[in-house]
Amino acid sequence: ASPIPAPNPRPDIAYTKIFINNEWHDAVSKKTFPSINPATGEVICQVAEGDKADVDKAVEAAKAAFRLGSPWRRMDASQRGKLLNRLADLIERDRAYLAALETLDNGKPYAISYLVDLDMVVKCLRYFAGWSDKFHGKTIPLDGDFFCYTRHEPVGVCGQIIPWNFPLLMQAWKLGPALATGNVVVMKVAEQTPLSALYVASLIKEAGFPPGVVNIIPGYGPTAGAAISSHMDIDKVAFTGSTEVGHLIQKAAAESNLKRVTLELGGKSPNIIMSDADMDWAVDQAHFALFFNQGQCCCAGSRTYVQEDVYKEFVERSVEKAKARVVGNPFDFKTEQGPQVDEEQFKKILGYISTGQREGAKLLCGGNPAADRGYFIQPTVFGDVQDDMTIAREEIFGPVMQILKFKTIEEVIERANDSKYGLAAAVFTKDLDKANFVSQSLRAGTVW
Amino acid sequence: QIFINNEWHDSVSGKKFAVFNPATEEKICEVEEGDKADVDEAVKAARKAFELGSTWRTMDASERGRLLNKLADLVERDRLILATMETIDGGKLFSTAYLMDLGACIKTLRYCAGWADKIHGRTVPMDGNFFTFTRHEPIGVCGQIIPWNFPLVMFIWKVAPALCCGNTVVVKPAEQTPLSALYMGSLIKEAGFPPGVVNIVPGFGPTAGAAISHHMDIDKVAFTGSTEVGKLIKEAAGKSNLKRVTLELGGKSPNIIFADADLDAAVEFAHIGLFYHQGQCCIAGSRIFVEEPIYDEFVRRSIERAKKYTLGDPLMPGVQQGPQIDKEQFKKILELIESGKKEGAKLECGGGPWGDKGYFIQPTVFSNVTDDMRIAKEEIFGPVQQIMKFKTIDEVIKRANNTTYGLAAAVFTKDIDKALTFAAALQAGTVWVNCYSALSPQCPFGGFKMSGNGREL
Repeated sequence: ASPIPAPNPRPDIAYTKIFINNEWHDAVSKKTFPSINPATGEVICQVAEGDKADVDKAVEAAKAAFRLGSPWRRMDASQRGKLLNRLADLIERDRAYLAALETLDNGKPYAISYLVDLDMVVKCLRYFAGWSDKFHGKTIPLDGDFFCYTRHEPVGVCGQIIPWNFPLLMQAWKLGPALATGNVVVMKVAEQTPLSALYVASLIKEAGFPPGVVNIIPGYGPTAGAAISSHMDIDKVAFTGSTEVGHLIQKAAAESNLKRVTLELGGKSPNIIMSDADMDWAVDQAHFALFFNQGQCCCAGSRTYVQEDVYKEFVERSVEKAKARVVGNPFDFKTEQGPQVDEEQFKKILGYISTGQREGAKLLCGGNPAADRGYFIQPTVFGDVQDDMTIAREEIFGPVMQILKFKTIEEVIERANDSKYGLAAAVFTKDLDKANFVSQSLRAGTVW
Repeated sequence: QIFINNEWHDSVSGKKFAVFNPATEEKICEVEEGDKADVDEAVKAARKAFELGSTWRTMDASERGRLLNKLADLVERDRLILATMETIDGGKLFSTAYLMDLGACIKTLRYCAGWADKIHGRTVPMDGNFFTFTRHEPIGVCGQIIPWNFPLVMFIWKVAPALCCGNTVVVKPAEQTPLSALYMGSLIKEAGFPPGVVNIVPGFGPTAGAAISHHMDIDKVAFTGSTEVGKLIKEAAGKSNLKRVTLELGGKSPNIIFADADLDAAVEFAHIGLFYHQGQCCIAGSRIFVEEPIYDEFVRRSIERAKKYTLGDPLMPGVQQGPQIDKEQFKKILELIESGKKEGAKLECGGGPWGDKGYFIQPTVFSNVTDDMRIAKEEIFGPVQQIMKFKTIDEVIKRANNTTYGLAAAVFTKDIDKALTFAAALQAGTVWVNCYSALSPQCPFGGFKMSGNGREL
């Protein structure tokens, strides 16, 4: 494989304003907010702060771009695919720059931004480029002398509110399908990590998407985000973020115009290690499942259930692995774990750690900040965790691993399912029947 | 030369055959003549590339798509060379080759590239304690025999879907037009397809083609060409290893024009629908049924349209009609024209050859054609337009369907009920309403009855 290009840890920031109609605008209020580098706590730059007035402007632009007879509405479906492929080409061209920007704003290690995040962004866009002219309706032989067919039409103006944990990837996951199907978008990017998405906006213009098709607004949830979820002229809101805010979004959608809602929220995903699992592989994967992206994954395997025969060994090996995890400057290729994204998360995670200790979980390693500057937390492992502890029920979103013990399959399935969450789950076993039984019993969107 | 395992080979026999420019009758070059022994080598290579655990078999589906997109990039890069080859080898108008043929090739490659990782199987809740799922697996080694009328487009229509689904292929291009297919071999290697995935064996039907349709280690044969040869292919498949067969054969497609049609549009579409590429299209609208009240006017305008043609070397700008592909076709078309005259059709214009060199035939229009004439029943595959008269809907539906063919059809009318009635009543794979020859890679293509089995794209 070709080596990763060396990063520029001080990339030029060209785009910090609001993107509407393929143009850059200050906020109507003229306000700005700072974007912070979580490795140092320092301000990177100021970014235009969008609010309701800017959302209104963006929606007007999107509506115009969606009018019957507009270039976007009249475009061959295959041409939409061509534009998405072109956007993927441009992102590939600027891959190193985007990876560095992502690391600077989010704190994730640069090697991972470059190899994983950017790779998945490009693949996602190309995947959806391929779908754009393959959305088939049906012709239907109904009763009576009728000719009947279904057409799959775009929903319209789609509000998209994305989080800070995978800024570019979340942007691609929202834009790819929406644009492939011919919709227009008003996207609010997370206030913690607006920079990479705004750069992609410049590529959207360069790729040739007509003005108004994609509009991007940096800003805060309670202002810009709320303006989207309660907008009377937005046809759908798609949100990825916390369950707490998900409630607010769905309520606002109902109270305004009954816009369609899709939500990708939190999780407390169970990772079940049976005694016949390959121990090395299970320890390795369980570590990755929790610690990847500084523990800031909606699908983090944050309840590791280990069958009692192998519990002791599993815990020992997991602690060893956590202790060896390299925390440091995310631009350094040796670093495996960067800082948490901001001070709020940093404090919240430390709070959960102390709650864990208070409620009687056994702190086996870590537990403290890992540096004096920036939002770094030591990889932390708790053993002897019980289901009713706070750290076993609530989403921590940090590098804190919970290991719990179980006896039987039936028991662990019940305990695993006993959660208001249900995003993901996993089972490690060599036994085909156990694998099928457990995966079909777990109530989770994805079972690994 | 012959392309096997991403390498160029002489024929096992050492024989070569000549390839001609139909506009000048001059030899362009000589090409290695593949026969059974070469097909055997190609099949071996294709089989190896398809082995479980091979690079091709273990490649991510999305990576297959990426390779197809790369191939499209290369075709775009070499668009000029390829269009020129199609023109000189195939007698196609250069502007048409560049804009239409090459455009279609690139779009089709990209369309199929998009499908590669979207070929879904299903999980099925069957009775009993079973976990059940379907997987869509590639067929294996696919033999593909392609014609000379759209050499490159036909190559892409066969190869792109096959590769998208993970198959390996042995392609036999037409002996009249092997050059663009062989050039594609070099691009396929450059794009990065593993050796043995695509193999190209130029040669003749009765030798190389028959070797493919009879081969015991080819899993499927896909053929585009005449109905006559289609029957041989299907028979050979049945006799040998029951390989799967898909066929895209001939047509004698009806084009039905009602009095309430937009007459200008109808005349133009009917004209292009027949005369495109010197009439050498499987979908040619070669039986034009015109409703009695507008019959005379339609004929008059069609003659006018057919008269203003500049014939000549298709590489030159300003030329509107090129030559027929070879002497055999040339003679066959002229023979059918004579039968039309003899059987009493009215020759309105054209009716004979043109020029002293090259296989050129004048654009020819027959009116007062009746259903029993040879020119109304047999596929001419030349620039010869048949215009017949009809009175009622029921009558024309019967007459339109009264053929062993069933590839395409069209109806021109402003009445939505007539349009939908014909869409259902006509026994044809594609029915056009108020247009003709509208094709795009997103749409399936294929025939009813003896126009073929199966669908492409």
